[in-house]
Amino acid sequence: MDELTKKSYRLRRIVIEAVYRSSSGHIGGDLSVVDILNVLYNKVMNVSPEKAHDADRDRFILSKAHCADCLYAVLGDKEYFGLDEYLNTFERFQSRFIGHTNTAIPGVEMNGGSLGHGLAVGVGMALAAKMDKRSYRTYVVLGDGEMAEGSNYEAMMAAAQYGLDNLCATVDCNGLQISGTTKEVMNSAPLGEKFKAFGWNVVEVMDGNNCEELIAAYEAAKSCKGKPTAVIAHTVKGKGVSFMENNAKWHHGVMSAEQYERAVRELEAKYE
Amino acid sequence: MNKVTNRQVICDTLLAAAKEDKDIIVACSDSRGSGSMTAFFEQYPAQSVEVGIAEQDLVSISAGLAACGKKVFAVSPACFLSTRSYEQAKVDVAYAETNVTLVGISGGISYGALGMTHHSLQDIAAMAALPGMRVYLPSDRFQTKAIVEELLKDKKPAYIRVSRSASEDIYEENTHFAGGAKVLKAGKDVLFVACGELVAPCLHAAERLEGEGISAGVVDAYRVKPLNEEVILKAASGVKVVITAEEHSPYGGLGSMVAQMISAHCPKKVVGLSLPDGHIVTGTQAEAFQYYGLTAEGIAAKAKEALQ
Repeated sequence: MDELTKKSYRLRRIVIEAVYRSSSGHIGGDLSVVDILNVLYNKVMNVSPEKAHDADRDRFILSKAHCADCLYAVLGDKEYFGLDEYLNTFERFQSRFIGHTNTAIPGVEMNGGSLGHGLAVGVGMALAAKMDKRSYRTYVVLGDGEMAEGSNYEAMMAAAQYGLDNLCATVDCNGLQISGTTKEVMNSAPLGEKFKAFGWNVVEVMDGNNCEELIAAYEAAKSCKGKPTAVIAHTVKGKGVSFMENNAKWHHGVMSAEQYERAVRELEAKYE
Repeated sequence: MNKVTNRQVICDTLLAAAKEDKDIIVACSDSRGSGSMTAFFEQYPAQSVEVGIAEQDLVSISAGLAACGKKVFAVSPACFLSTRSYEQAKVDVAYAETNVTLVGISGGISYGALGMTHHSLQDIAAMAALPGMRVYLPSDRFQTKAIVEELLKDKKPAYIRVSRSASEDIYEENTHFAGGAKVLKAGKDVLFVACGELVAPCLHAAERLEGEGISAGVVDAYRVKPLNEEVILKAASGVKVVITAEEHSPYGGLGSMVAQMISAHCPKKVVGLSLPDGHIVTGTQAEAFQYYGLTAEGIAAKAKEALQ
């Protein structure tokens, strides 16, 4: 296993720890999106704690902001803040680590929590880069359940209208949402064809939990000129913990001590 | 009679400021004409953003621009801006504390006979309930200019509502405004506290009452949130009755906020004048104001009734 993939599993281990300690969080989506965040933060984006206020840093918005638990793990791992503070205070009384992204946390660019906001905010950020002739790129990560929100389609239209090739949206298509399969609840597929119809460049990633495939997709996105790119990443909800995989129950399930120990064993076996 | 609309004044003020500041952005939702922003779009196309008929997108994109250093004025009919994109105002502007000024044009019942879809009689209540969101309803063109100039200097969220037609001049050009409330007239018997288009009729009502031996004061509470408690409480301290007047629903607007303040600090009778909680009669803004007694004559009559 390569180092980047091992890091994905280490990040999963951090998320499991935070979620177990707080008896809260959105573990299923965290485990599906973690490879996307790992690749973006550690291979693709021009970001670091030192550049947190640099005008040319890349911008990132987690539109599926309920997976803040995973973003906090990635940011903590990059030392935007101490991981211990996150692990010990996530969703606790008076903590700054609330259950959805907010800019009180170093490294977080935009508040979130209500779905269907991030892509339009990202359009504004990418538009600002064009206006100022700056080279930074804007990355937005959404969920496939979130694609039922109509506001996304307003943003898709605007991004194409303004030719925002500095904007890259990734849809974490894990096929599940809180009430069941996305197909049954409200089928957002075929997402690639929808983005194409709105004038976007589309890159399908058949294994969205594979770091190499994701890296290739983001390279393709960077080289596309004149239009924004959507990376449709087909992922597995709960990926890496056998009893959580492809089970809607784990959207925001709480682990028992036995389940926690089993999850830790399975994850540690991957990178040790 | 003044013919310059407050929306025109907003455009002129932004045009003047944009000469020096390339970060000033005007964003519209197919509303540049109705918002009198066409001149801005023509003179500063690189600082203009059109999103089409998509108010949610308008507010979120504005927030994204602001997060990258822009000073954004999002201009759209108040009816749509304050409700269609309410969640975007809550999350992307108020919660994220982005430097976005939401400009609600053709506010209140400006659109008259176009009906309820085009009326914004809930916008004060809605916007005022958002944490940190300031709410302005200027009463004339000179005040509008001063408010926009003030908003250009800070980086905090605000909502400003203006009417479609030109407003009567209340002030002299270059009047200094500070603190969000202006005492237009002192009075001993009754105090009118008004905002926006209802300031002028209250002022005229006070003049009428004066002729009948009733001393009436008037405060222009152009910043409805946060209200200037000091100015309003001082003006209200000696009067028997406080009367609020606003182009809004009876609930959650200026009247509610003034009543809340008066009851906490100097309890006395507060009468709220507003549009009713229901369908508004078909007609122009002026016809509806007449119908509901929101004229100098109607307001003076209400004051006398309240004093009895």
